[in-house]
Amino acid sequence: MKLSRRCFLSFVAGGAAGTALSPLPWKLTDDLSIWSQNWPWTPVPPDGEGTYTLSTCTLCPGGCGISVRKIDDRAIKIEGAKGHPLNDGGVCILGLSGLQLLYGPTRIQAPMKRVGDRGQGRWQTISWKQAIAEVAGKLKEIRDQGAPQSVACIAPKDVGTVAQLLSRLLSAYGSPNFLRMPSVEDAYEAAIYLTQGATGAAGVDVENADFILSFGSAILDGYGSPVRMFKANSKMKELHGTVVQVESRLSNTAAKADQWLAVKPGSEADLAMAMANVIISQVAFDQDFIANKVDGFEAFARMVQDKYAPETVAQKTGIDSETISKIALQFAAARKPLALCGKGKGQTPGSLKEALAIHALNALVGNINRSGGVQALAAYDYINWPDIETDSVAAAGLQKMRLDGAGSDSLPHVRYLTHRLANIADGVQALLVAETNPCHSLPDTQAVKAAFDKIPFVVSFSSFMDETAMNADLILPNHIYLERFEDVPVTAGVARPTVGLCRPIVNPLYNTQHLGDSIMQIAKALGGTIAGAFPWEDYETCLKMTLRDQWGTLAKKGVWMAPNATRTGFETAPGKFVMMNDDMGAIYMADDVALQGGDDAYPLVLIPYDSIRLASRYIGDTPFMVKTVSDTVIKGQHGFVDINPETAKRLGLADGQLAKLTTPVGEATVGVHFEYGIMPGVVAMPRGLGHTAYDAFLAGKGVNVNQLIGPVEDPASGLDAAWGIGAKLA
Amino acid sequence: MKEAQTKHRPKRFGMAIDLDKCTGCGACMVACFSENNVPFREDESDKRRSITWMKVYKITNGEKFPHTEVCYIPRPCQHCAGQHEGHSPCVSVCPATATDYSRETGIVSQIYTRCFGCRYCMGACPYHARYFNWWDPIWPKGMERYLSPNVSPRMRGIVEKCSFCFHRYQLARNKAFNDGRREVEEKEYQTACTQACPAGAITFGDLNNPAHAVHQIVRPNLHEEHNAAGIPIVGKAQNPHAFRLLERLGTNTKIYYLSSREWVRKAGDNYQVQMESDPHAADASGH
Repeated sequence: MKLSRRCFLSFVAGGAAGTALSPLPWKLTDDLSIWSQNWPWTPVPPDGEGTYTLSTCTLCPGGCGISVRKIDDRAIKIEGAKGHPLNDGGVCILGLSGLQLLYGPTRIQAPMKRVGDRGQGRWQTISWKQAIAEVAGKLKEIRDQGAPQSVACIAPKDVGTVAQLLSRLLSAYGSPNFLRMPSVEDAYEAAIYLTQGATGAAGVDVENADFILSFGSAILDGYGSPVRMFKANSKMKELHGTVVQVESRLSNTAAKADQWLAVKPGSEADLAMAMANVIISQVAFDQDFIANKVDGFEAFARMVQDKYAPETVAQKTGIDSETISKIALQFAAARKPLALCGKGKGQTPGSLKEALAIHALNALVGNINRSGGVQALAAYDYINWPDIETDSVAAAGLQKMRLDGAGSDSLPHVRYLTHRLANIADGVQALLVAETNPCHSLPDTQAVKAAFDKIPFVVSFSSFMDETAMNADLILPNHIYLERFEDVPVTAGVARPTVGLCRPIVNPLYNTQHLGDSIMQIAKALGGTIAGAFPWEDYETCLKMTLRDQWGTLAKKGVWMAPNATRTGFETAPGKFVMMNDDMGAIYMADDVALQGGDDAYPLVLIPYDSIRLASRYIGDTPFMVKTVSDTVIKGQHGFVDINPETAKRLGLADGQLAKLTTPVGEATVGVHFEYGIMPGVVAMPRGLGHTAYDAFLAGKGVNVNQLIGPVEDPASGLDAAWGIGAKLA
Repeated sequence: MKEAQTKHRPKRFGMAIDLDKCTGCGACMVACFSENNVPFREDESDKRRSITWMKVYKITNGEKFPHTEVCYIPRPCQHCAGQHEGHSPCVSVCPATATDYSRETGIVSQIYTRCFGCRYCMGACPYHARYFNWWDPIWPKGMERYLSPNVSPRMRGIVEKCSFCFHRYQLARNKAFNDGRREVEEKEYQTACTQACPAGAITFGDLNNPAHAVHQIVRPNLHEEHNAAGIPIVGKAQNPHAFRLLERLGTNTKIYYLSSREWVRKAGDNYQVQMESDPHAADASGH
């Protein structure tokens, strides 16, 4: 049979029509879609028994209670602990994403020793035995040379068992050089000591205040215990309280405040003094408190009246005298007014004059040691370890001056001057770094890195491959907070001493070791009186013995809060709140904190700002947090600065373009973002970006503002009080 | 009349978000990501590609320094009822019935395995609440350990969106039934964002239930009314501070926003104000 052309075409057409009418194409499309949606690499999370465990978050100084949901032995979600006295069920963006830190790729999985150059990232995994032996060997060598004081240690805080074990190690070893990372606590502690005679942090009772006058404190961006501040702010809204934010940039706090006072940066102390002047001259102060409980009021009043008339200050602050008077009188008339000190999250100490001036406002309205006010937080006194027996080497080392000069005759009011690390590196032969990242978070990053280069031996106890760990010789990785026991005493402005218990949610994932155990093992390897200072078998035993009285409560509730004990008296020489004496007079008379680069070459002022979506302390931003950052802050790899459109147009800059930002300390390429909510002449850059370490989700994005800003010492206290720096944008 | 026969009134889960309290901290976004196994990528700064079921928008009043004001608007899926209940913009265009409107709960669902990625729903959604997976999600090695078994991870080629944490409703309902109860209590079913919000700005519950806080805050008008353009509006808030996004469109959403600031309310429902004051103004301005 011959296949005709006609026949062939009919066959093909018929076949096509038949196939199209059959379910085959639909079935195939469907199968294709099912097949393409069932790749083996799409994970199917295994199910199991669900449980919740209470613990405490240590990712910032806030000390919130968390409740971790687990499926079998996997932690799958972090939530806020209901009923916790600080955060009551609320939780912040960083706390929520803690599991990305636990299971993330930047964890250090075993002790490591550097084999390449510093910062090159070439490591050799070693055993814990070797790691401890290497640290102890080096420390012994330094001690044998008779220079124990040349060993320094940097820690995020100085309270709690782990910080105290570190400081105990240094003391037994013979070094006075324990350094705490800078924060507003440095200035607050000095102010509290000078005025109230008490040693310890300032506790602020925000929950019971009805008028908050915040001098740049990022109440809604991570100041104090962040969730507690959020809750207090919402409560203020419900009860129609008033929040006044003094800041040169429309931050989230300013945006939510009842009034935003756009003050020229650096003039906050003058504004506070002018307000004090108004309150005094209008006799709006708490007369009973001033008459009976304050010493030096007349001298203080004379000073503010001579030097800080609202009309005089108006020019400097950019706020007219009527507004100054109005806010001052509103503040004084409020039932429970509260003035807050500490810029942003409080990561820089700031000037002591400013802290005293703001604290004086609280005193004028009698808001000291009472509900809704400020009081000296009772010291955490649960650590009662036996005295250290020091041998002759240690005793000689401890006689030496602190390298940073804190507490010396010329700088008597402060305990730590950690920003001086860059200047004191010559005297440091070994540096122990615990849960901090000075190579990223201290001002003038280049100088800090240069200091690290000078220090012959650096040990990091970090759990993550951060910038400081990258610049270390040895890494002895700590368990992360979800894998360990630890007491978490909160100093971030809480009204009552509060201790949280951090406890293991999962078994340690990697070959890490608790920092407390590492310290004890180092001490034991050093032998002699140093080993003798650590009588405990391991950290857990030490913790349980130390917390003997509170352990029951902590184990059950996860948190222990001191009974409400409002202080009544003052521990100063006159037994009163001191508003003025010779010491304070000198501080008030000291020069203002100078602006570095405040000349014609740098026509703009660069200020750092804090955002709660950008973690800016030891912990780097998690992938989830980076995801929430606006594309006007990071776009691709570029970080953006906020600038007022009028200033930008004057400089010939367009919205979104790239430009070079130069300061006396460094330079960087940044994107330009127009923002009306910023004072003309000011550019603002967020803290927490510009990481070089960590993973691809964070590294290389934006610019580290500490690369562009150096420390500027407060003439009165020696603390770092830089609030900005001269800058040029072209 | 099946609904009339059921003993229990159908639920209308919804939210009231207090914009005076919202601080723009982003905790709701991350609470949602971690609750719902939302993936992430190395570069999330291209926001058209960034999957955020809950997204916090920032708006300003456009005034110059120092009169500038800023407001944050958290935007989950608005769970539109549509002009006639069930005619949500996305549901009415889905050819695969991958997204559906539940008359029992008022929740707009998304069934991933039915979705074949045509993205009509994304075009139809006035709120940009829907996201397409252009890639398979990849978790860095080891990080898949925190994935929740209650929400299936999505794959390349499908659309996803906020579900009002529906799995939490299922878990709560299971628990209630196990305890011999017919009803889930208000506090037993709360979305992850509501629970996490440190400012307490979000209130979630059944808008139809007068005992629920969300009903008391919003005071929705249960009777249908018509706006100036003749579009039926259901559940209009009787709280003068409350508004819905683009209410004029008649999408009849279940997310209510509260603000004491007038410019915020105007910006959230930008057509509404013009329409009410002068029906011709919107046309004249040409939007």
